[in-house]
Amino acid sequence: MGLPVLSVENVTKTWGSGAEAHTVLRGVDLSLKAGASLALTGESGSGKSTLLHLIAGLDHADGGQITIDGQRMTALDDAGRAALRRSTVGVVFQQFNLIPSLNVFDNIAFQARLAGRADAPWAASLARRLGLEDHLRKFPEQLSGGQQQRVAIARTLAARPRLVLADEPTGNLDEDTGERVLDLMLGLVGETGTALLMVTHSPRLAARLDARAHLERGRITG
Amino acid sequence: MNGKRQRSLRRRTLRGGYLPDQRWRGLVLALGLVFWAGGVLAQGFAGLGAREDGYAQVAPGAFDFPADHGAHPGFRIEWWYITANLTGEDGTEYGVQWTLFRSALRPGGMVDQQAWMGHAALTTPDRHFVAERLGRGGTGQAGVSGEEVFSAWIDEWAMAGRDIGTVDLVAQGPDFAYELRLAAEGPLVAQGKAGFSVKSASGQASRYYSQPFYGVDGVLTLPEGPVAVTGQAWLDREWSSQLLDADQSGWDWVSLHFDSGAKLMGFVLRDGGGGFTSATWIAPDGTPTPYGDGDLTMTPLERHRVAERDVPVVWRVELPARAVDVTITAMNRDAWMPTLVPYWEGPVTIKGSHQGRGYLEMTGYD
Amino acid sequence: MRRAALHALLSHWRRRPFQLLTLVLGLATATALWSGVQAINAEARDSYDRAASALGPAPRATITTPDRTPMDMAQFIALRRAGWLVSPVVEGTIATQGGPLRIIGIDPFTLPLADLPSGAGDDALTASFIGDTGPLIVAPETAARLAGAVLPPLIARQGVAPSLAYADLPVAQALLEMTGRISRLVVLDRQPLRRPALSDVAPGLVLNAPEDGTDMAGLTDSFHLNLTAFGLLSFAVGLFIVRGTIGLAFEQRRPVFRTLRALGLPARSLLALLLGELLVLALLSGALGIALGYLVASALIPDVAATLRGLYGASVEGTLSIRPIWWASGLAIAVLGTGLAAISSLWQVARLPLLAPAQPRAWARASESALAWQGGAAVFLALLSAATLTFGSGLIAAFVMLGALLIAAALALPLVLYAVMALGARLARAPLVQWFWADTRQQLPGLSLALMALLLALAANIGVGTMVSSFRLTFTGWLDQRLASELYVTAETDAQARALQTFLTGKTEAVLPIWHIDATLAGQPGEIYGVADHLTYRDNWPLIARTPDLWDRLARGEGVLVNEQLARRAGLWPGANVALRDWNPPVLGVYSDYGNPLGQVLVGIDSLVARYPEVERLQFGLRVAPGQIDGLRDALIADFGLPADRIVDQTSIKAFSLGVFERTFTVSRALNVLTLSVAGFAILTSLLTLAAMRLPQLAPVWALGVARRRLARLELLRALVLAGLTFVCAVPVGLLLAWVLLAVINVEAFGWRLPLFLFPRDWLWLGLLSLLAAGAAALFPAVRIARMPPARLLQVFAHER
Repeated sequence: MGLPVLSVENVTKTWGSGAEAHTVLRGVDLSLKAGASLALTGESGSGKSTLLHLIAGLDHADGGQITIDGQRMTALDDAGRAALRRSTVGVVFQQFNLIPSLNVFDNIAFQARLAGRADAPWAASLARRLGLEDHLRKFPEQLSGGQQQRVAIARTLAARPRLVLADEPTGNLDEDTGERVLDLMLGLVGETGTALLMVTHSPRLAARLDARAHLERGRITG
Repeated sequence: MNGKRQRSLRRRTLRGGYLPDQRWRGLVLALGLVFWAGGVLAQGFAGLGAREDGYAQVAPGAFDFPADHGAHPGFRIEWWYITANLTGEDGTEYGVQWTLFRSALRPGGMVDQQAWMGHAALTTPDRHFVAERLGRGGTGQAGVSGEEVFSAWIDEWAMAGRDIGTVDLVAQGPDFAYELRLAAEGPLVAQGKAGFSVKSASGQASRYYSQPFYGVDGVLTLPEGPVAVTGQAWLDREWSSQLLDADQSGWDWVSLHFDSGAKLMGFVLRDGGGGFTSATWIAPDGTPTPYGDGDLTMTPLERHRVAERDVPVVWRVELPARAVDVTITAMNRDAWMPTLVPYWEGPVTIKGSHQGRGYLEMTGYD
Repeated sequence: MRRAALHALLSHWRRRPFQLLTLVLGLATATALWSGVQAINAEARDSYDRAASALGPAPRATITTPDRTPMDMAQFIALRRAGWLVSPVVEGTIATQGGPLRIIGIDPFTLPLADLPSGAGDDALTASFIGDTGPLIVAPETAARLAGAVLPPLIARQGVAPSLAYADLPVAQALLEMTGRISRLVVLDRQPLRRPALSDVAPGLVLNAPEDGTDMAGLTDSFHLNLTAFGLLSFAVGLFIVRGTIGLAFEQRRPVFRTLRALGLPARSLLALLLGELLVLALLSGALGIALGYLVASALIPDVAATLRGLYGASVEGTLSIRPIWWASGLAIAVLGTGLAAISSLWQVARLPLLAPAQPRAWARASESALAWQGGAAVFLALLSAATLTFGSGLIAAFVMLGALLIAAALALPLVLYAVMALGARLARAPLVQWFWADTRQQLPGLSLALMALLLALAANIGVGTMVSSFRLTFTGWLDQRLASELYVTAETDAQARALQTFLTGKTEAVLPIWHIDATLAGQPGEIYGVADHLTYRDNWPLIARTPDLWDRLARGEGVLVNEQLARRAGLWPGANVALRDWNPPVLGVYSDYGNPLGQVLVGIDSLVARYPEVERLQFGLRVAPGQIDGLRDALIADFGLPADRIVDQTSIKAFSLGVFERTFTVSRALNVLTLSVAGFAILTSLLTLAAMRLPQLAPVWALGVARRRLARLELLRALVLAGLTFVCAVPVGLLLAWVLLAVINVEAFGWRLPLFLFPRDWLWLGLLSLLAAGAAALFPAVRIARMPPARLLQVFAHER
């Protein structure tokens, strides 16, 4: 399978400074290959989301290296990280993923077009498979939470990223809806050969992924 | 609060009524007319107690007629004052007043430094009509000439004739008018000591003479139409530069025509004490007998409320030296003159030791 | 409960002090401009009233000569002696070292003193007032102005009209050089029973019915209506801010309202608390606004006074007195304005469902129906405006038309912007561009009030700017035509004037008499001028209507010319006849006469002298070759002995006239700038407020790979695009406004119509200025986004908003 899509080496992150300094990550190592999925678990405040944000390039690490698809994320500036995010990474948050001023169709197409990989038939098929074809002209605020999350997933996959990062993507949904959204996501990831890193605090959800990493006191423990 | 409202009410009433605005007060002071008003204003009155330099001062001596019928601008104050008791064809009694005041604004006797003021009144048993005029000296609007012919005038009001013994008397207001012919049936009468009338114990005095013997006929114009009248009139001529003493607050003055043909002039100058009195008994042939302070007694018997003041309208007048003991009663108790300087002036009827009619003037009731 | 609820409600302002500041400043500015204008108007009106009631609160009938020329004192005496109760008045204006002074000579003996202002009739009228050496009674501010002038002693009394002096008749006659003569007789109330007819006593005099002394008020109405319109405009612009802020504060507190209601606070109590809060805010801001308004008015009133004097000859002292009614009305308008701005928000609170969604829909996409309503209102107002223009007449109608036009334009603005955004989004290819348009459109409801305010301010600016510039262009051209003579001289006496004519023979190209006499024209004060038959007039006189052989016929005395304002007021165009004293000549032509409040008739000089032998023959215009001007002036002073202040050259007159002109519009311009500043402030506060709510819109885009710096640039661009579009919309509205001002309002107000000129360079500057203002307003929020720590953006995805 060649190089891993994601490689995290000895990453550290500290919030604040001086007496109030709080070290969240104390040297984290991770690796993820294309088509593989990894569940990142841990207690609240263990640094799961922080690690995810660092990998997504939304924030920068204090130490260590993050390499995505062969590019050293930790060596890039703000604009470089934004470009990497645009082209290679897709992020699904717990909620508020969508752009309020664009309708569902434009939201789904947005990232693919930003990345220069607009593929209308592919986007249409994603919309259909996610059960969104009747809602394409609606605006995000007119959708339910589950529908919004499906739009977010569709948008991420429409851009064909090498790596999908998801932060509790079903955390805000009821169990049934969450289950269905996860099924769809896993199916599509597997189909497209995209690597998936998902933060979750639920062992049950974690068990459905290929592998699992547990974060405890800033280190991967298992 | 209450007082304030009352004051504003009064102000409105005054404005709505005949009386010109109170602001005239400033001008009244300016015209030097206050002393005539008695103690209307302490401020004005105080000024009169002091001798003002530059004005001529009266002195005893003979009159110089006809020149003395004319104006004496060197003196501070002067008047031509006519009161008439008249009877209509139906026997109704009327009173008429015609007065021209001259007041010097400054010493020096210059014609354009004279202020003129005219008062005219017509009294019926139940009504009292008043008009007032003011004029600047030296313009021709008002004046008196006594030389060739006699003429005293302000605006269209006039007292004028061949000489002072034969004059036409004309005046009018918005709601009344009169035109009377006056003819003297007796001589001029000098008041006081040969025309030198003492007004106080400290020597204030005026030059004063009268013509109490006018016979009158003419026409009064009332709102309901003209009324022919006949009767008698009395002219007072007086001038001075310092008339009142400092503590005198006003006067009560009478001119009485007795049915016997005799006349009586008398006045009380009111002060803090018993007052200063003076009188002249005029025999039917015009021979005057002056009486000094204390000889005449005037006692208020009855008061009447008019213009928010209590004014005596019935008097007992006694001159024991002439066995006079009469009660005089106002014909119309509301004969109030709401002029710049307000006073009471109206006809009276005489009962008691003598019968007759006359005029009563009361100033300084404030 | 109430205490706790109040605390909860008020904590909002503690957390958002800037919003509070916006509200207070918005309301204060609105109140300031409104009450400042009101203060100026009140001061001026009071001056007119005092001037109009200079001789009595109610006008009285007068007796004058038919053409109101002075009469002899003897006629006063004759009337009095005939039983006419009249009082003489001598009146005129003298020049003093402290400026012009209107003298009213009265006869305190015959004039009821209640006719004088309360201060003057009081203690000021002592014996010393009467006689040749008497004083002048003036207002304190006039006394201050006249300090040092060579005049009789001054007595200062409150209540006397500005620039007016009462004097005893002889004093006034001496000052006015009218010894033995009087201007008119006032007919008093309560005339006596019998009077002969006036014609029997004083043939040649006429009895005039009481004239409403409010000439000045009528004449200057237009000016004050102008100011009021500006004040109203500023107030409206300010209210847009207040409305925006209150709406936002209520939206943001919706969860608090809901919680309070859920905890058992009755809707009525909640409303009462909110009303109380608004009332306190309105009173505080109103008080602040009135204080600011006082400053504005104090700063402007000297120019207003100068304008009124220059344009209408009205006297207003350049100081402001504080009136309680003004405070009260200022506070009232502040409270009223707040109520107006808050009414819809309060209505929403009153109907707030208990279980409304927790997420505030602040600045949600505007509903189609609201837009449709707004569009309908705009169309209706536009139609109303057109109808008023077509069928209405008069100044009020003109302003109604203007108001409807401006509000229609403001209401239509969001629709226009929506259309532009929709078009932009449709035409956009790049996703970020598409997002830009879509997002801008979504922001419109939050910004539209501020943009409407900006539109009004810009349109007013373009309109007034165009009017002033058009006027200036016309006026300077007109001055060149009108002031053709190189030198203007005024002799001191008739004899000197004759000597002067002899002296000037051969020294000039022409000596043109400029003789005039005051007269009553079409029932109003006016003036009749005589002109010589000379090329100066034939070549230069600014005619706007003419008949053939006009100058020849004028010289032959076959007709007259009238000025534009008289022509418009009385309908005296060629074909009509003018009623003059024993003369009814035809109108040969009409000329423009800017800046003159009076009607004017021009007759041939021979006709003037023949028909008005009493005319003063003192003033001349001299045509001189340019190189000889200085020499002639020196000769006049040195050889002839004419005082230097009696010679004026063309350049000085022009400079003076332009000075008056510039001051006339100082107030308009100042209010314009203030209004624009208020609008700029509205944009700034709207953008700052929105910036705080922008994160949820921006964070997803950022997360999808658009750098913060780029987002910041887009934010800045967005503000510029909106301001630019608003400016583009403002240009036609402003031009329409200018047209109405020049072609409708000026005609009604001043009596002259002016051509419209376009000044695109001014627009360019204004456009740049509005872009600069919007850019400056957007800069701070943009920089904040560019420098925002990612953690702040990430919070969007973690917290409930």
